[in-house]
Amino acid sequence: MAETTVAPKLERKDFVSDQVVRWCPGCGDYAILAQMQKVLPTFGVPREKIVFVSGIGCSSRFPYYVNTYGFHTIHGRAPAIATGIKLAQPDLQVWVVTGDGDGLSIGGNHLLHAMRRNVDIKILLFNNRIYGLTKGQYSPTSLQGMVTKSSPMGTLDRPLYPLRVALAAEATFVARTVDTDVAHLGSILERAAKHKGSAFIEIFQNCIVFNDGAFAEAESRDTRDDSVIKLEHGKPLVFGKNKDKGVKMKGFKPEVVTFEAGKPPADLLVHDENAGAQYAYALTHIEPPDYPAVPVGVFRTVTEPTFDQLSEAQLEAAKKPGGGDLAKLLAGGETWEVR
Amino acid sequence: MNTDTEEKKPSLTPKRQRAVPVEELDAVTIRFAGDSGDGVQLTGGQFTTTTALAGNDLSTFPDYPAEIRAPVGTLPGVSGFQIHFSSRDILTPGDQPQVLVAFNPAALKANIKDLEAGGTILVNTDAFTPGNFKKANIATNPLEDGSLSSYRLIEVPMTSLTTNALDGMGMSPTQVSRCKNFFALGIMYWLYERPMETTVDWIQHKFAKNPAHIEANIRALQAGWSYAETTEIFARTYRVKKAPITPGRYRNITGNDATALGLVAASKLSGHTLFLGSYPITPASDILHNLSKYKAFGVKTFQAEDEIAAITSAIGAAFAGHLAITTTSGPGVALKTEGLGLAVMTELPLVLINVQRGGPSTGLPTKTEQADLFQAVFGRNGECPVAVLAAATPGDCFTMAIEACRWAMKYRHPVILLTDGYLANGSEPWKIPAVADLPSFAVSHDPGAAPAEFKPYARDPKTLARPWVIPGTPGYEHRIGGLEKANLTGNISYDPDNHELMCRLRADKVNGMTQDIPPTVVNGPEKAEVLVVGWGSTYGAITTAVNELQKAGKSVASVHIRHIHPLPPDLGATLARYKRVIVAEMNFGQLETVIRAKYLAPTVGLHKMKGQPFKVSEIKAKVEAVLAGKE
Ligand code: SF4
Repeated sequence: MAETTVAPKLERKDFVSDQVVRWCPGCGDYAILAQMQKVLPTFGVPREKIVFVSGIGCSSRFPYYVNTYGFHTIHGRAPAIATGIKLAQPDLQVWVVTGDGDGLSIGGNHLLHAMRRNVDIKILLFNNRIYGLTKGQYSPTSLQGMVTKSSPMGTLDRPLYPLRVALAAEATFVARTVDTDVAHLGSILERAAKHKGSAFIEIFQNCIVFNDGAFAEAESRDTRDDSVIKLEHGKPLVFGKNKDKGVKMKGFKPEVVTFEAGKPPADLLVHDENAGAQYAYALTHIEPPDYPAVPVGVFRTVTEPTFDQLSEAQLEAAKKPGGGDLAKLLAGGETWEVR
Repeated sequence: MNTDTEEKKPSLTPKRQRAVPVEELDAVTIRFAGDSGDGVQLTGGQFTTTTALAGNDLSTFPDYPAEIRAPVGTLPGVSGFQIHFSSRDILTPGDQPQVLVAFNPAALKANIKDLEAGGTILVNTDAFTPGNFKKANIATNPLEDGSLSSYRLIEVPMTSLTTNALDGMGMSPTQVSRCKNFFALGIMYWLYERPMETTVDWIQHKFAKNPAHIEANIRALQAGWSYAETTEIFARTYRVKKAPITPGRYRNITGNDATALGLVAASKLSGHTLFLGSYPITPASDILHNLSKYKAFGVKTFQAEDEIAAITSAIGAAFAGHLAITTTSGPGVALKTEGLGLAVMTELPLVLINVQRGGPSTGLPTKTEQADLFQAVFGRNGECPVAVLAAATPGDCFTMAIEACRWAMKYRHPVILLTDGYLANGSEPWKIPAVADLPSFAVSHDPGAAPAEFKPYARDPKTLARPWVIPGTPGYEHRIGGLEKANLTGNISYDPDNHELMCRLRADKVNGMTQDIPPTVVNGPEKAEVLVVGWGSTYGAITTAVNELQKAGKSVASVHIRHIHPLPPDLGATLARYKRVIVAEMNFGQLETVIRAKYLAPTVGLHKMKGQPFKVSEIKAKVEAVLAGKE
């Protein structure tokens, strides 16, 4: 492997590949790509040390457009391939780009296991609640009853909630953001980049062709202040254009309360992103139609040893003087001499 | 532990008290059989080690039930271990045992049909109870109903004798019963004039934390020996002289052990870290177990969540510059198929090892078969060629594992190595190779051009391999994937002409691997009436059969194929030199189909699908029938 010297200062254009981007005009993926290319130079990681890995689906074309190392793999397997890459070269920064079908349907198993192992990879799950590339069938996150090409009378499946899967797998960084809120998106990408361990980010992404407006309230500039609760560590859960709404816990159930602007009640929930997964899990239930808004931001982040660190530590511990002697290994066990 | 047979230690084997005649034998085949819990594999293993140290050539064949602990005393619970040892060079674990050691009625019932006419049966009479007859579905006591009259039956109450031997040690009946296999081993050591030192050492090492067990097992072993010595149950002992074996240091090795060692050796020889992505499956798991112990060699093992993650994690590691391996058995290969396609498309080095077992579906997990050849050669979507190699003997697994790694890294392409359950668990003495004699192979990561001119799919003119430039290399950032690649740039391309060109290039690359295949070696005359063609684990049986036929003056030769795809370039011409060609394999004619299609050669198939390896006699019978014009 070639040596890396101090990286020259990188700019956005350094991360733009020579490939023509081929998403539908107006697709939410463009905003995510643009934001990623904008924040990548700020990470202080040389370009050759970054790898994007994806599976199959619209989102999975992502690696072709970023001028780093990249691997567009097969349907659902990106987390497993990324795990192999990270175990082989722990100093690489490895990103996985997946979607609701790729990550939660065909690749659910790999996603789950990468997160529970705490492999130091950053997983971006573009959730548009539809199969885009195959032209409009329902996905595991499609809401029940949704009429699609493969569900003319409405889906029967109950949806899966990506953040709940991530929390159940004990991912050490779990966050949500929205494609159109580029500032928030950028800040979450940066935090994921800095996190050591499995980082999981659900990104609400609009598929303009097959499921336009799935997250309209959260995406539109006009409505998002009233439809989005921005989680901030150590701050009470307050939202609304006028900052007059907040979240309390009633037993195990979050409850939205309204109050006079500027006078939040003392018993509002104060966000603790380092709290146990059960707290973050409760927050994931704040969703329309039961609630008027949906939380975005970092739901949970904790520091735990990563899988790749542990793997390296075992290798280090196994090294002993005179170890690694092939001749000795071949002649191991019971041997005898024939003369 | 290293032991020189010549070394003199104070003997733990008692001196013989009575004068017993000695009969010299050329070769002996013994089968130990009992419940999985009877320690049959352990007893067989100890007998094997001692026999190897005594200088015999040998070959073993363990036969396990699929269940870990099937109900005690039942037929499905019977576990067997066969050893063939000789003063000559031998290649198979023997067609028919001459001696059967049966620990219970079920073991007797399951194995008696294999015993040679007039053979010896050693039974533990204590286990021949009405209760056990019922469990084994036996109507009458076989020791009394005359059904064994054509054999030499030796009845020993092993459990009660072991109980007497351990008297005063305060052990429970279950603990005592666990030692009776050593009692039986003691009898066998007496009968074949074996020293007990090696087993005593082993017991001391194995039960180091439990002195009571050490004493109990050693007492049982010695009691068995003394029982044979004093009771005159045997009128004579047997002596099998040392075999004329090429001088050198040897160890006994199974195919799975050899495979694991070959992979570590390849890692060292190529200077690339070994990465294994694997998911537990019978009979391949021992490779995973072994490699996970070799961390001092920098070996990284990843027990994945499933077969798919096992191969795809390996593909990730290959992309990142490691020597990447995935190990499995047939049903696992089915799941890895899509991953193999990706490795072909991205032209990354990858070795997939299929320790074949009986199929289809879950099939016969613990039994052997060669029916995954089609799967290996053809079993993917699209025109998706991979190289396929096959090991011939347990020791050959070492050589072929290195060869598979060398090919994968040289051509940047997946290579499948086929072994099988018989090779995996069977063992043979293996001459330990000198590291300096192993093929060293340099692997380059040279991009072949300056960054601005770099083409990820440019090719080496001789091998057609593309550059293996790994993440972390500055200036050569590039993307690969499963969509069709444009020639040279590797960009996505849907161009019709390009697709055909790329399919052609991938096929040409694999076909070109023939440049690494050595000339075909014929066992026997250059021209003859019959040629027997085999591949994989049938090597021992075919070679032995053909050698015996040649000795009897028959016009026959054999060829063993270790390169299944591509086939050896001189194979067609070789086949053409023989009047009749028999292809013998443990399937319904898979290699035969490939050979017929490629060379339009009229062949005769010899097929076996019983989960058991060929017997020498089965191959001889087929050759004789063809020679006699009956087929
Ligand atoms: S189908 Fe939907 S998700 Fe796919 S590119 Fe078009 S708009 Fe984007």
